[in-house]
Amino acid sequence: MPTLKIPTPLRPYADGQSVVTVQGGTVAEALRDLVAQYPALEKHLFSEEGELRPFVNLFLGQEDVRHLQGEETPLNEDDVLRIIPSIAGG
Amino acid sequence: MDTRLPELSHDEILRYSRHLLIPEVGLEGQQKLKAASVLVIGTGGLGSPVALYLAAAGVGRIGLVDYDVVDFSNLQRQVIHGESQLNKLKVESARQRMLDINPDIQVDVYNEIFTSENAMRIAEPYDIILDGTDNFPTRYLVNDLCVLTGKPNVYGSIFRFDGQASVFYAEEGPCYRCLFPEPPPPGLVPSCAEGGVFGVLPGTIGTIQATEAIKLILGVGEPLIGRLLLYNALDMSFDFVKLRKNPNCKVCGEHPEVTELIDYEQFCGMPASDHDSGSAGDEWDITPQELKERLDRGDPIRLIDVREPHELAISRLPGAELIPLGQLAARMHELDSAEEIVLFCKAGTRSVRALEVLASAGFRRIKNLEGGINAWAQEVDPSLPVY
Repeated sequence: MPTLKIPTPLRPYADGQSVVTVQGGTVAEALRDLVAQYPALEKHLFSEEGELRPFVNLFLGQEDVRHLQGEETPLNEDDVLRIIPSIAGG
Repeated sequence: MDTRLPELSHDEILRYSRHLLIPEVGLEGQQKLKAASVLVIGTGGLGSPVALYLAAAGVGRIGLVDYDVVDFSNLQRQVIHGESQLNKLKVESARQRMLDINPDIQVDVYNEIFTSENAMRIAEPYDIILDGTDNFPTRYLVNDLCVLTGKPNVYGSIFRFDGQASVFYAEEGPCYRCLFPEPPPPGLVPSCAEGGVFGVLPGTIGTIQATEAIKLILGVGEPLIGRLLLYNALDMSFDFVKLRKNPNCKVCGEHPEVTELIDYEQFCGMPASDHDSGSAGDEWDITPQELKERLDRGDPIRLIDVREPHELAISRLPGAELIPLGQLAARMHELDSAEEIVLFCKAGTRSVRALEVLASAGFRRIKNLEGGINAWAQEVDPSLPVY
Protein backbone atom coordinates (compact mmCIF):
# COMPACT_ATOMS: atom_id res chain seq x y z
CA MET A 1 0.00 0.00 0.00
CA PRO A 2 1.22 3.56 -0.60
CA THR A 3 2.66 5.45 2.31
CA LEU A 4 2.14 9.05 3.25
CA LYS A 5 4.69 11.14 5.14
CA ILE A 6 3.13 13.46 7.69
CA PRO A 7 5.07 16.66 8.41
CA THR A 8 5.90 17.59 11.99
CA PRO A 9 3.31 20.40 12.32
CA LEU A 10 0.47 18.00 11.38
CA ARG A 11 1.60 15.06 13.52
CA PRO A 12 -0.33 16.15 16.61
CA TYR A 13 -3.48 15.55 14.54
CA ALA A 14 -2.33 12.08 13.44
CA ASP A 15 -1.55 10.55 16.84
CA GLY A 16 2.06 11.63 16.44
CA GLN A 17 2.64 9.40 13.39
CA SER A 18 5.30 10.43 10.88
CA VAL A 19 4.48 7.81 8.26
CA VAL A 20 1.02 6.38 7.60
CA THR A 21 0.08 3.53 5.29
CA VAL A 22 -2.94 4.45 3.22
CA GLN A 23 -5.28 2.67 0.85
CA GLY A 24 -6.22 4.09 -2.50
CA GLY A 25 -5.34 4.07 -6.16
CA THR A 26 -5.17 7.85 -6.48
CA VAL A 27 -3.94 10.79 -4.43
CA ALA A 28 -7.54 11.76 -3.65
CA GLU A 29 -8.39 8.26 -2.41
CA ALA A 30 -5.23 8.11 -0.30
CA LEU A 31 -6.10 11.44 1.33
CA ARG A 32 -9.65 10.32 2.01
CA ASP A 33 -8.30 7.19 3.67
CA LEU A 34 -5.85 9.30 5.68
CA VAL A 35 -8.57 11.54 7.11
CA ALA A 36 -10.75 8.49 7.76
CA GLN A 37 -7.91 7.12 9.91
CA TYR A 38 -7.19 10.48 11.54
CA PRO A 39 -10.33 12.65 11.44
CA ALA A 40 -8.57 15.50 13.30
CA LEU A 41 -6.46 16.05 10.17
CA GLU A 42 -9.45 16.77 7.97
CA LYS A 43 -9.91 20.43 8.74
CA HIS A 44 -6.20 21.06 8.28
CA LEU A 45 -6.15 19.48 4.82
CA PHE A 46 -9.57 20.27 3.39
CA SER A 47 -11.75 23.37 3.34
CA GLU A 48 -15.37 23.19 4.48
CA GLU A 49 -16.28 22.74 0.82
CA GLY A 50 -14.05 19.65 0.70
CA GLU A 51 -11.34 21.30 -1.42
CA LEU A 52 -7.68 20.62 -0.67
CA ARG A 53 -6.38 23.73 1.08
CA PRO A 54 -3.93 25.82 -1.00
CA PHE A 55 -1.13 25.64 1.57
CA VAL A 56 -1.12 21.82 1.44
CA ASN A 57 1.65 20.79 -0.92
CA LEU A 58 1.67 17.15 -1.99
CA PHE A 59 4.67 15.63 -3.66
CA LEU A 60 4.93 12.21 -5.24
CA GLY A 61 8.61 11.42 -5.38
CA GLN A 62 10.19 14.71 -6.43
CA GLU A 63 7.13 16.01 -8.27
CA ASP A 64 4.40 18.31 -7.08
CA VAL A 65 1.15 16.45 -7.80
CA ARG A 66 -0.24 19.71 -9.21
CA HIS A 67 2.17 19.15 -12.10
CA LEU A 68 1.11 15.51 -12.48
CA GLN A 69 -2.62 14.84 -12.55
CA GLY A 70 -3.47 16.67 -9.35
CA GLU A 71 -5.62 14.72 -6.93
CA GLU A 72 -6.38 12.20 -9.68
CA THR A 73 -2.70 11.23 -9.93
CA PRO A 74 -2.57 7.41 -9.77
CA LEU A 75 -0.62 5.80 -6.93
CA ASN A 76 1.32 2.55 -7.04
CA GLU A 77 1.68 0.15 -4.13
CA ASP A 78 5.15 1.35 -3.17
CA ASP A 79 4.67 5.07 -3.81
CA VAL A 80 5.54 7.58 -1.12
CA LEU A 81 3.35 10.65 -0.98
CA ARG A 82 4.70 13.52 1.04
CA ILE A 83 2.96 16.56 2.48
CA ILE A 84 5.36 19.50 2.47
CA PRO A 85 4.56 21.91 5.23
CA SER A 86 4.91 25.63 5.41
CA ILE A 87 7.29 26.35 8.28
CA ALA A 88 8.59 29.76 9.28
CA GLY A 89 11.07 29.40 12.14
CA GLY A 90 14.43 31.06 11.94
CA MET B 1 39.19 39.68 -15.75
CA ASP B 2 36.65 42.30 -14.87
CA THR B 3 38.75 45.38 -14.23
CA ARG B 4 36.03 46.93 -12.07
CA LEU B 5 36.58 44.30 -9.37
CA PRO B 6 38.34 45.60 -6.25
CA GLU B 7 41.98 44.71 -5.64
CA LEU B 8 43.00 42.51 -2.70
CA SER B 9 45.70 43.69 -0.27
CA HIS B 10 48.54 41.35 0.69
CA ASP B 11 46.83 40.77 4.02
CA GLU B 12 43.63 39.82 2.23
CA ILE B 13 45.49 37.48 -0.08
CA LEU B 14 46.89 35.68 2.96
CA ARG B 15 43.54 35.69 4.78
CA TYR B 16 41.75 34.14 1.79
CA SER B 17 44.61 31.91 0.60
CA ARG B 18 42.57 28.71 1.07
CA HIS B 19 39.93 30.17 -1.24
CA LEU B 20 42.51 31.39 -3.75
CA LEU B 21 43.86 27.84 -4.03
CA ILE B 22 40.48 26.54 -5.26
CA PRO B 23 40.11 27.05 -9.01
CA GLU B 24 36.34 27.63 -8.65
CA VAL B 25 37.08 30.65 -6.45
CA GLY B 26 40.60 31.88 -7.22
CA LEU B 27 41.65 35.51 -7.11
CA GLU B 28 38.79 36.68 -9.30
CA GLY B 29 36.20 34.82 -7.22
CA GLN B 30 37.54 36.37 -4.04
CA GLN B 31 37.36 39.79 -5.69
CA LYS B 32 33.73 39.05 -6.62
CA LEU B 33 33.06 38.25 -2.97
CA LYS B 34 34.67 41.53 -1.95
CA ALA B 35 32.52 43.41 -4.45
CA ALA B 36 29.33 41.62 -3.39
CA SER B 37 26.61 42.75 -1.00
CA VAL B 38 24.16 40.57 0.90
CA LEU B 39 21.28 41.65 3.13
CA VAL B 40 20.58 39.22 5.97
CA ILE B 41 17.05 39.57 7.38
CA GLY B 42 17.13 38.36 10.97
CA THR B 43 20.18 37.74 13.16
CA GLY B 44 18.77 34.82 15.11
CA GLY B 45 19.20 31.09 14.61
CA LEU B 46 19.65 31.18 10.83
CA GLY B 47 21.21 34.65 10.66
CA SER B 48 23.96 33.71 13.15
CA PRO B 49 25.84 31.12 11.05
CA VAL B 50 25.04 33.04 7.87
CA ALA B 51 26.59 36.25 9.19
CA LEU B 52 29.63 34.44 10.61
CA TYR B 53 30.38 32.59 7.36
CA LEU B 54 29.67 35.49 5.01
CA ALA B 55 31.98 37.66 7.11
CA ALA B 56 34.70 35.01 7.19
CA ALA B 57 34.37 34.41 3.44
CA GLY B 58 34.98 38.09 2.76
CA VAL B 59 31.62 39.24 1.39
CA GLY B 60 32.44 42.94 1.12
CA ARG B 61 29.21 44.45 2.32
CA ILE B 62 26.77 42.70 4.64
CA GLY B 63 23.58 44.29 5.92
CA LEU B 64 21.84 43.00 9.06
CA VAL B 65 18.18 43.66 9.87
CA ASP B 66 16.79 42.88 13.32
CA TYR B 67 14.90 44.89 15.95
CA ASP B 68 15.44 42.52 18.85
CA VAL B 69 17.88 42.30 21.73
CA VAL B 70 19.92 39.26 22.77
CA ASP B 71 17.93 37.13 25.21
CA PHE B 72 19.27 34.38 27.46
CA SER B 73 17.07 31.80 25.70
CA ASN B 74 18.66 32.73 22.33
CA LEU B 75 22.10 31.42 23.27
CA GLN B 76 21.13 27.74 22.80
CA ARG B 77 21.36 28.28 19.01
CA GLN B 78 22.15 31.88 18.05
CA VAL B 79 25.89 31.29 18.06
CA ILE B 80 26.95 34.75 16.92
CA HIS B 81 25.84 36.18 20.28
CA GLY B 82 27.31 35.52 23.74
CA GLU B 83 26.55 36.19 27.39
CA SER B 84 28.56 39.41 27.27
CA GLN B 85 26.00 40.74 24.75
CA LEU B 86 22.83 39.95 26.73
CA ASN B 87 20.13 42.64 26.36
CA LYS B 88 22.18 44.41 23.70
CA LEU B 89 20.89 44.95 20.17
CA LYS B 90 21.30 41.80 18.10
CA VAL B 91 22.52 43.74 15.08
CA GLU B 92 25.23 45.45 17.15
CA SER B 93 26.22 42.20 18.85
CA ALA B 94 26.48 40.49 15.46
CA ARG B 95 28.41 43.35 13.87
CA GLN B 96 30.96 43.33 16.68
CA ARG B 97 31.58 39.59 16.25
CA MET B 98 31.74 39.81 12.43
CA LEU B 99 34.25 42.65 12.48
CA ASP B 100 36.31 40.67 14.99
CA ILE B 101 36.43 37.82 12.46
CA ASN B 102 37.05 40.13 9.52
CA PRO B 103 37.67 43.88 9.89
CA ASP B 104 38.10 44.25 6.12
CA ILE B 105 34.35 44.01 5.44
CA GLN B 106 31.58 46.58 5.80
CA VAL B 107 28.70 45.65 8.11
CA ASP B 108 25.59 47.85 7.89
CA VAL B 109 23.04 47.49 10.67
CA TYR B 110 19.32 48.23 10.51
CA ASN B 111 17.85 48.11 14.01
CA GLU B 112 14.32 48.17 12.59
CA ILE B 113 11.34 45.92 12.10
CA PHE B 114 11.47 44.96 8.40
CA THR B 115 8.19 46.25 6.96
CA SER B 116 6.53 47.11 3.66
CA GLU B 117 7.37 50.75 4.40
CA ASN B 118 11.14 50.39 4.82
CA ALA B 119 11.92 47.16 2.91
CA MET B 120 12.63 48.78 -0.47
CA ARG B 121 14.90 51.42 1.06
CA ILE B 122 16.84 48.90 3.18
CA ALA B 123 17.24 46.33 0.39
CA GLU B 124 18.14 48.76 -2.38
CA PRO B 125 21.97 48.60 -2.09
CA TYR B 126 22.19 44.80 -1.91
CA ASP B 127 22.60 42.16 -4.65
CA ILE B 128 21.22 39.20 -2.69
CA ILE B 129 18.61 38.97 0.07
CA LEU B 130 18.88 36.19 2.61
CA ASP B 131 15.74 35.24 4.51
CA GLY B 132 16.50 34.27 8.10
CA THR B 133 13.27 35.54 9.61
CA ASP B 134 11.05 33.73 12.09
CA ASN B 135 7.51 34.43 10.89
CA PHE B 136 5.22 34.09 7.87
CA PRO B 137 4.37 37.78 7.25
CA THR B 138 8.05 38.71 6.91
CA ARG B 139 8.72 35.69 4.67
CA TYR B 140 6.00 36.81 2.23
CA LEU B 141 7.36 40.36 2.43
CA VAL B 142 10.91 39.19 1.63
CA ASN B 143 9.62 37.10 -1.26
CA ASP B 144 7.55 39.83 -2.85
CA LEU B 145 10.34 42.36 -2.38
CA CYS B 146 12.76 40.03 -4.18
CA VAL B 147 10.34 39.34 -7.04
CA LEU B 148 9.51 43.04 -7.49
CA THR B 149 13.17 44.09 -7.42
CA GLY B 150 14.59 41.12 -9.35
CA LYS B 151 16.88 39.92 -6.56
CA PRO B 152 17.49 36.32 -5.48
CA ASN B 153 15.95 35.27 -2.15
CA VAL B 154 18.14 32.74 -0.36
CA TYR B 155 15.55 30.98 1.75
CA GLY B 156 15.87 28.86 4.87
CA SER B 157 13.26 27.87 7.42
CA ILE B 158 13.22 25.61 10.46
CA PHE B 159 10.84 23.89 12.85
CA ARG B 160 11.92 21.50 15.62
CA PHE B 161 14.04 18.96 13.66
CA ASP B 162 12.90 19.93 10.14
CA GLY B 163 14.62 22.38 7.86
CA GLN B 164 13.98 23.71 4.37
CA ALA B 165 16.25 25.64 2.03
CA SER B 166 15.93 26.95 -1.50
CA VAL B 167 16.83 29.86 -3.72
CA PHE B 168 13.73 31.66 -4.90
CA TYR B 169 14.78 33.72 -7.90
CA ALA B 170 11.81 34.67 -10.05
CA GLU B 171 14.05 35.77 -12.94
CA GLU B 172 15.19 32.16 -13.36
CA GLY B 173 12.70 29.99 -11.50
CA PRO B 174 9.84 29.82 -9.04
CA CYS B 175 9.29 32.13 -6.09
CA TYR B 176 8.17 31.30 -2.55
CA ARG B 177 4.55 32.02 -3.46
CA CYS B 178 4.70 29.54 -6.36
CA LEU B 179 5.14 26.85 -3.71
CA PHE B 180 3.17 28.43 -0.89
CA PRO B 181 0.50 30.66 -2.49
CA GLU B 182 -1.09 31.22 0.91
CA PRO B 183 0.17 30.96 4.47
CA PRO B 184 -1.23 28.25 6.73
CA PRO B 185 -4.02 29.39 9.01
CA PRO B 186 -2.83 31.14 12.18
CA GLY B 187 -2.07 28.59 14.86
CA LEU B 188 -1.44 25.53 12.70
CA VAL B 189 2.32 25.90 12.64
CA PRO B 190 3.74 26.86 16.03
CA SER B 191 6.65 29.29 16.20
CA CYS B 192 10.01 28.25 17.63
CA ALA B 193 9.20 30.30 20.76
CA GLU B 194 6.17 28.09 21.23
CA GLY B 195 7.05 24.76 19.61
CA GLY B 196 10.80 24.72 20.28
CA VAL B 197 13.71 24.17 17.94
CA PHE B 198 16.69 21.80 17.97
CA GLY B 199 19.65 24.11 18.57
CA VAL B 200 21.99 22.75 15.89
CA LEU B 201 19.28 22.79 13.20
CA PRO B 202 19.61 26.49 12.26
CA GLY B 203 23.37 25.87 12.09
CA THR B 204 22.81 23.27 9.37
CA ILE B 205 20.24 25.26 7.41
CA GLY B 206 21.92 28.65 7.87
CA THR B 207 25.20 27.21 6.66
CA ILE B 208 23.42 25.91 3.56
CA GLN B 209 21.98 29.40 2.97
CA ALA B 210 25.46 30.92 3.30
CA THR B 211 26.75 28.31 0.83
CA GLU B 212 24.05 29.20 -1.69
CA ALA B 213 24.66 32.95 -1.33
CA ILE B 214 28.39 32.48 -1.92
CA LYS B 215 27.74 30.18 -4.93
CA LEU B 216 25.45 32.82 -6.45
CA ILE B 217 28.15 35.48 -6.01
CA LEU B 218 30.83 33.25 -7.52
CA GLY B 219 28.54 31.92 -10.24
CA VAL B 220 29.66 28.34 -9.60
CA GLY B 221 27.88 25.04 -9.05
CA GLU B 222 24.20 24.25 -9.19
CA PRO B 223 22.15 26.69 -7.14
CA LEU B 224 19.02 25.55 -5.33
CA ILE B 225 16.88 27.47 -7.85
CA GLY B 226 13.87 25.27 -8.69
CA ARG B 227 14.72 22.79 -5.93
CA LEU B 228 13.61 22.63 -2.32
CA LEU B 229 15.86 20.91 0.19
CA LEU B 230 14.02 19.08 2.96
CA TYR B 231 16.28 18.19 5.86
CA ASN B 232 15.41 16.17 8.93
CA ALA B 233 17.97 16.07 11.70
CA LEU B 234 16.53 12.98 13.41
CA ASP B 235 16.47 10.88 10.24
CA MET B 236 19.61 12.67 8.98
CA SER B 237 17.84 12.82 5.63
CA PHE B 238 18.40 15.33 2.86
CA ASP B 239 15.59 15.08 0.30
CA PHE B 240 14.99 17.30 -2.69
CA VAL B 241 11.81 18.07 -4.54
CA LYS B 242 11.40 19.93 -7.82
CA LEU B 243 9.75 23.32 -7.79
CA ARG B 244 8.21 24.85 -10.88
CA LYS B 245 7.11 28.35 -11.64
CA ASN B 246 3.37 28.71 -11.17
CA PRO B 247 1.98 30.60 -14.20
CA ASN B 248 -0.89 31.74 -11.96
CA CYS B 249 1.41 32.99 -9.19
CA LYS B 250 0.00 36.24 -7.82
CA VAL B 251 3.38 37.94 -7.72
CA CYS B 252 5.64 36.30 -10.35
CA GLY B 253 2.99 34.75 -12.64
CA GLU B 254 1.86 35.82 -16.08
CA HIS B 255 -0.78 38.21 -14.74
CA PRO B 256 0.49 39.36 -11.37
CA GLU B 257 -1.99 40.88 -8.93
CA VAL B 258 0.63 41.92 -6.40
CA THR B 259 2.59 44.75 -8.00
CA GLU B 260 3.70 46.52 -4.84
CA LEU B 261 4.34 45.51 -1.25
CA ILE B 262 1.15 44.87 0.71
CA ASP B 263 0.12 44.52 4.37
CA TYR B 264 1.59 41.11 5.18
CA GLU B 265 0.28 40.86 8.73
CA GLN B 266 -3.21 41.25 7.31
CA PHE B 267 -2.46 38.80 4.47
CA CYS B 268 -1.25 36.16 6.93
CA GLY B 269 -3.69 37.02 9.72
CA MET B 270 -0.87 36.96 12.25
CA PRO B 271 1.77 39.30 13.65
CA ALA B 272 5.23 39.59 12.09
CA SER B 273 6.95 38.24 15.18
CA ASP B 274 7.44 34.93 16.91
CA HIS B 275 7.06 36.48 20.33
CA ASP B 276 4.20 35.24 22.46
CA SER B 277 1.60 37.93 23.03
CA GLY B 278 0.09 35.86 25.83
CA SER B 279 -3.16 37.83 25.92
CA ALA B 280 -6.65 37.10 24.61
CA GLY B 281 -7.83 40.66 25.36
CA ASP B 282 -9.00 42.13 28.65
CA GLU B 283 -12.39 40.45 28.58
CA TRP B 284 -10.88 36.97 28.37
CA ASP B 285 -7.67 37.33 30.38
CA ILE B 286 -7.00 36.62 34.02
CA THR B 287 -3.70 37.78 35.49
CA PRO B 288 -1.59 35.44 37.63
CA GLN B 289 -2.28 37.63 40.70
CA GLU B 290 -6.05 37.56 40.16
CA LEU B 291 -5.99 33.81 39.67
CA LYS B 292 -3.99 33.31 42.85
CA GLU B 293 -6.42 35.46 44.87
CA ARG B 294 -9.40 33.57 43.53
CA LEU B 295 -7.83 30.15 44.13
CA ASP B 296 -6.84 31.23 47.65
CA ARG B 297 -10.49 32.23 48.27
CA GLY B 298 -11.49 28.71 47.29
CA ASP B 299 -13.39 29.68 44.14
CA PRO B 300 -14.24 26.55 42.11
CA ILE B 301 -12.01 27.01 39.07
CA ARG B 302 -10.97 24.21 36.75
CA LEU B 303 -7.37 24.72 35.63
CA ILE B 304 -6.62 23.27 32.21
CA ASP B 305 -3.02 23.02 31.08
CA VAL B 306 -2.93 22.88 27.25
CA ARG B 307 0.83 22.26 26.97
CA GLU B 308 2.44 19.01 25.84
CA PRO B 309 3.03 16.23 28.41
CA HIS B 310 6.85 16.63 28.39
CA GLU B 311 6.51 20.23 29.55
CA LEU B 312 5.13 19.07 32.91
CA ALA B 313 8.67 18.06 33.87
CA ILE B 314 9.67 21.75 33.66
CA SER B 315 6.87 23.34 35.65
CA ARG B 316 3.31 22.59 36.72
CA LEU B 317 0.46 24.22 38.61
CA PRO B 318 -1.05 22.19 41.45
CA GLY B 319 -4.50 20.86 40.61
CA ALA B 320 -4.20 21.53 36.87
CA GLU B 321 -5.38 18.93 34.36
CA LEU B 322 -3.48 18.34 31.14
CA ILE B 323 -5.34 18.51 27.83
CA PRO B 324 -2.80 19.30 25.06
CA LEU B 325 -4.12 21.86 22.57
CA GLY B 326 -4.03 19.31 19.73
CA GLN B 327 -6.40 17.03 21.67
CA LEU B 328 -8.75 19.72 22.95
CA ALA B 329 -11.34 19.50 20.18
CA ALA B 330 -11.60 15.73 20.59
CA ARG B 331 -11.70 15.87 24.40
CA MET B 332 -14.11 18.76 24.82
CA HIS B 333 -16.69 16.39 26.31
CA GLU B 334 -14.44 16.20 29.41
CA LEU B 335 -15.27 19.85 30.09
CA ASP B 336 -18.50 21.39 31.27
CA SER B 337 -19.47 24.80 29.91
CA ALA B 338 -21.21 25.59 33.21
CA GLU B 339 -17.91 25.40 35.10
CA GLU B 340 -15.46 28.24 35.28
CA ILE B 341 -12.33 27.23 33.36
CA VAL B 342 -8.89 28.86 33.27
CA LEU B 343 -6.65 27.77 30.39
CA PHE B 344 -2.90 28.12 30.45
CA CYS B 345 0.24 27.14 28.56
CA LYS B 346 3.88 28.27 28.63
CA ALA B 347 3.42 31.94 27.77
CA GLY B 348 -0.20 32.32 26.66
CA THR B 349 -0.13 31.65 22.92
CA ARG B 350 -1.55 28.14 22.86
CA SER B 351 -4.03 28.92 25.64
CA VAL B 352 -5.43 31.80 23.54
CA ARG B 353 -6.01 29.29 20.72
CA ALA B 354 -7.57 26.86 23.17
CA LEU B 355 -9.83 29.66 24.34
CA GLU B 356 -10.89 30.28 20.73
CA VAL B 357 -11.62 26.58 20.27
CA LEU B 358 -13.82 26.49 23.37
CA ALA B 359 -15.47 29.85 22.67
CA SER B 360 -16.48 28.70 19.20
CA ALA B 361 -18.04 25.62 20.80
CA GLY B 362 -20.21 27.85 23.02
CA PHE B 363 -18.11 27.97 26.20
CA ARG B 364 -18.37 31.39 27.87
CA ARG B 365 -17.01 30.93 31.42
CA ILE B 366 -13.45 30.60 30.18
CA LYS B 367 -10.34 32.65 30.85
CA ASN B 368 -6.80 32.73 29.56
CA LEU B 369 -3.99 32.92 32.12
CA GLU B 370 -2.23 35.99 30.74
CA GLY B 371 1.44 35.26 30.06
CA GLY B 372 1.02 31.58 30.92
CA ILE B 373 2.80 29.57 33.59
CA ASN B 374 5.92 31.66 32.93
CA ALA B 375 4.09 34.78 34.14
CA TRP B 376 2.80 32.79 37.14
CA ALA B 377 6.41 31.82 37.92
CA GLN B 378 7.54 35.44 37.69
CA GLU B 379 4.67 37.03 39.57
CA VAL B 380 3.31 34.43 41.98
CA ASP B 381 5.61 31.47 42.51
CA PRO B 382 9.32 32.17 41.95
CA SER B 383 10.13 28.57 42.92
CA LEU B 384 9.06 27.66 39.35
CA PRO B 385 11.54 28.16 36.50
CA VAL B 386 10.81 30.31 33.46
CA TYR B 387 11.47 28.64 30.09
